[in-house]
Amino acid sequence: MSGTFPQGLPRLEPAGLDGWMVRLFDAIDEANMSWLTALVRACEAAFGDELIDLVPSYTTLLVIFDPLRLSPVEARRRLVECLAGLTPDEETSDAPVKELPVWYDASVGPELARLAELSGMSRDEVIACHSDRSYRVFALGFAPGFAFMGSVDARLEAPRLETPRRRVPAGSVAVAGRQTSAYPAVTPGGWNLIGRTPAVLFDRDREGFSLLQVGDRVRFVPIERAEFERLGGDPRPMEESR
Amino acid sequence: MIDAVDGLRVTRSGPLALLQDAGRCGVRRLGVTQGGPADLHGWAWANHLVGNAWGTPALEVTFGGLELVAERALVVAVAGGDLAATLDGEPLTGWRSLSLQAGQRLAFATPVNGLRAYLAVAGGFAAPPVLGSVACVVREGLGGHDGQGHRLAEGDHLRVTPRCADTGREAVREPPREAPAEARVDYRQPAVLPLLPGAQVGEFSGESLYRAFNMPWRVDDRADRMGVRLAGPPLHCRVTSMISEGIGLGAVQVPPDGQPIALLNDRQTIGGYPRLGALTPLACSRLAQCLPGQEVRLKAVPTERALADYRRFRSTFA
Repeated sequence: MSGTFPQGLPRLEPAGLDGWMVRLFDAIDEANMSWLTALVRACEAAFGDELIDLVPSYTTLLVIFDPLRLSPVEARRRLVECLAGLTPDEETSDAPVKELPVWYDASVGPELARLAELSGMSRDEVIACHSDRSYRVFALGFAPGFAFMGSVDARLEAPRLETPRRRVPAGSVAVAGRQTSAYPAVTPGGWNLIGRTPAVLFDRDREGFSLLQVGDRVRFVPIERAEFERLGGDPRPMEESR
Repeated sequence: MIDAVDGLRVTRSGPLALLQDAGRCGVRRLGVTQGGPADLHGWAWANHLVGNAWGTPALEVTFGGLELVAERALVVAVAGGDLAATLDGEPLTGWRSLSLQAGQRLAFATPVNGLRAYLAVAGGFAAPPVLGSVACVVREGLGGHDGQGHRLAEGDHLRVTPRCADTGREAVREPPREAPAEARVDYRQPAVLPLLPGAQVGEFSGESLYRAFNMPWRVDDRADRMGVRLAGPPLHCRVTSMISEGIGLGAVQVPPDGQPIALLNDRQTIGGYPRLGALTPLACSRLAQCLPGQEVRLKAVPTERALADYRRFRSTFA
């Protein structure tokens, strides 16, 4: 595996009496994800029902096992085996892309103007720039179904808001740094809002629960207000939406 | 499968009472946190004293204030923190099982020793599992008695799963079970919290490491089920932020202000601050019973020792 991973990696780091942190990479890169998704499956197969949880994220995989049935030493041995036999998931140009319809509008995306100003582009150019590429899901966190995706065009890079909002409406599509996401539910949040998706991002009654999963490819597709409403979106502007 | 029946009615809610099973697992990769009892020890004993298996949902009562009326004869036990509980106004003895008759009133007042009491009922509280668990996480709107992540409110009915032999026709007769003295923790004593050093421990300055493990830390009032902030001399780490990665239970993260935060059951699933290491599960339980202002110490322990302690603890409970 030499050459694939940075020097000294992959590495297994202690993470409590029931966990190991598998560190694969040292920088954010979309290409990391095919290794992480492959390692997730390898761990599921190697640990079976002795596995408690897995948290893949950007460059690492946190593996939590049942400490009553497995010692950290035994868990480590299995992880070493998983890593030794690991090959990345196939990267194909026709890999499925999940589409998130977005109504980009200042009434639901108050920072469209800020991104236009920061980038020197018009609002329409900002929208085109955000929606003309597919993104990879690096991790889910912050809230159930909240997907950290990247990387957005460098021209759209924007710092978080100085003061986070106390209530960001569900479905809000947002940019922070060079990442983008959509808020699955009403939560506080400090990202730049540029539009809103009618998609239900987290549904406790759906198989798999979260629309987006780590490693997914995602594209934002601009839609008009009428289509947004037809798809069940809540068009109320920021100050009215609850 | 036995149908659930009404067991207790909430007549006063108190600040925070949540139904908790052993926690939600298998969905952390979706950003869904673990939940579960903040004090595993007290929760496990309450269940054990009424003959419930490990993992049975029990109530976590934080600060007190909760008042319940039995809607049928029940066998219950209160363990964990002493919140000056009473039964029909008379002091209730914790750490042992007792019989409740329909109409009897169980009330929690204010913390006397510890912060969280656990109430278990023989057969277990019944609630719809959400994402495989009834663990109540308010922030996520998941689990709890109603499945929607709500804390208990006045007027709520708590359903219970009666035992086969207990059809509710007559008062339940079961010999009281009592926890041994060594299981009853005096939470007012200074706590020593075992910690397993983590990968970034070498990034902290020598002086900071000396302070971390040799000076007392004060439990800050910024403490909840997500995490407990510890106040003391600031710790310095060469790494100030990292690419976000999964965080395990008990991880002690140190943000740039140098004040450590021990992350508990409702923590976010990923984060990017360097960590001293991870408190053991039983250290998390102990910390969760500390009131703001209390003193705690961190003690580095080897994994083998922590694992043996945890397995011994678990071997008590079926």
